[in-house]
Amino acid sequence: MSRVEVRNLWKEYGDQVVLERISMDVAPHSFVSLVGPSGCGKSTFLRMLLSQETPTRGTILVDGQPLANEPQPDRGVVFQKYSVFPHLTAVENVALGLEFERAPVTGRLFGRARRAALDEAGALLEGVGLAAARGKYPAQLSGGMQQRLAIAQALARKPRILLLDEPFGALDPGIRADIHDLMLSVWWDTRMTVFMVSHDLREAFYLGTRVVAFDRPTEKDAARFGARITFDIALDPAAPIKERLREAEHGTATDDLGEELAAMAAQADRDDPAPAPSTRRDDPAPRDGETA
Amino acid sequence: MTRLVNRHPDRPTRLLLAMLPFALLIAAYAIGSDMRLAENPNDKLLPSFTALGDAITRMAFTPDKRTGDYLLWVDTVASLTRIAGGVAIATVFGLLVGVSVGLLPYARATLGGFLSAVAMIPPLAILPILFILFGLGELSKFVLVFAGIGPFIARDIAMRVAELPTEQIVKAQTLGASTWQICTRVVLPQMWPRLMDSVRLSLGAAWLFLIAAEAVASQDGLGYRIFLVRRYLAMDVILPYVAWITLLAFSFDWLLRVLQARLFPWFAPEGASR
Repeated sequence: MSRVEVRNLWKEYGDQVVLERISMDVAPHSFVSLVGPSGCGKSTFLRMLLSQETPTRGTILVDGQPLANEPQPDRGVVFQKYSVFPHLTAVENVALGLEFERAPVTGRLFGRARRAALDEAGALLEGVGLAAARGKYPAQLSGGMQQRLAIAQALARKPRILLLDEPFGALDPGIRADIHDLMLSVWWDTRMTVFMVSHDLREAFYLGTRVVAFDRPTEKDAARFGARITFDIALDPAAPIKERLREAEHGTATDDLGEELAAMAAQADRDDPAPAPSTRRDDPAPRDGETA
Repeated sequence: MTRLVNRHPDRPTRLLLAMLPFALLIAAYAIGSDMRLAENPNDKLLPSFTALGDAITRMAFTPDKRTGDYLLWVDTVASLTRIAGGVAIATVFGLLVGVSVGLLPYARATLGGFLSAVAMIPPLAILPILFILFGLGELSKFVLVFAGIGPFIARDIAMRVAELPTEQIVKAQTLGASTWQICTRVVLPQMWPRLMDSVRLSLGAAWLFLIAAEAVASQDGLGYRIFLVRRYLAMDVILPYVAWITLLAFSFDWLLRVLQARLFPWFAPEGASR
């Protein structure tokens, strides 16, 4: 449960501007869905939140403190793939974080300490519905089970922020609905602040308390213009659209909500117009975060 | 009509087919040997199976008249000691250097290019240097085997480490792992089966370098014996020795494969096709 402030963030690779002028204040215990077309930089943004990459300009503050310059256990992560370690069983995967914490030199616990860690890990596995799979290797688990395992593993160190990079993108719809529910209850119980990159608008609206879209202001000259936030919608969990998504998620309603969500996004775009694309390098505005 | 790519032999057929090339080779040898011996009973090039059997009995089960040793076993022990020593040093070296280069940007920047260059040195070309530096004794043979396969294993492991998904390394950091912990709990355990593959692939080369070293300067060993009896055109000794070396090499390969499957079950899905 952390407040996250993003101040005028830019990311450039050489001449290519990927993101520009990204600013947002995220209240503690928010669930922020990040959406946008492929290549718009939403995953780059997530990697900066993770400290896997550093911003070219601007700062990210967590509870008022600048981010550490490398990944730390205060921020957990679930990737779409390769989140779990293939050489460890499910329970060992979850216990690994505890072993890192309690055995700095060997990275490995023995005897009673190991049994205690495995018990804790087992409890976490039970929480994500994997109690029966505790002795299995990831390769023996289905895609959905692997992602459940990745969630349990990320929870072991009790992160205050959880970062999800298209975690459910490769799963079947039915399995997705179950894991969405799990994600919501985990988010609720742990009071974490969650950032989720998603390709799926419905998923983004269903899970998020806030939906943030990234896009480039213009198609031409794409390298010189980075993506910005094009809409930013706060969603009340009691909003009618949530109720209808909930019904759709569990198959009791069949109407397609996609167009409606797109319309909502378009509406948000009009309500909260992004600044018009201005001249480039001579623009003084984006530079004020540089010295922070 | 099922496509050829979809037709699979059943188990007995598979066994039969696997033995077929061996049977053909032996048959071709028998025919060739018979033809040559019919023309000239003293022909030494393709000795009969009886002659081969006599040679095996003489080398393996009869004490040598001069030294009282059973030559095949003395040669085998000498060669295996050398190859085991060389391979062991190369493996330890390859693992340490490979993991460092694959995992640590500073080690990669320092050693990456050097390792690629060193791996290109033809080991046999430096054999004279080794003999000059380390003498004609056992040490130069260990060093040749090591120099021949050590850089290969190190480069292979470095590549395997670099192939680990970045996600794993990042994930470990979000679980609080230090560099050392990433190394011991994430990277090394995943390298053991790959190291076994790497050693398996380099065993052929290791035998090559061993036999070369023994051929040039040695008092015993399988390679030494082959090159010694070559002077007498003693094909009846050379052929069983070659078959014996092949059998030894094949057994190690098989043993490593079985050990890998047994010790690292999680690796099996990836390695199953091999």
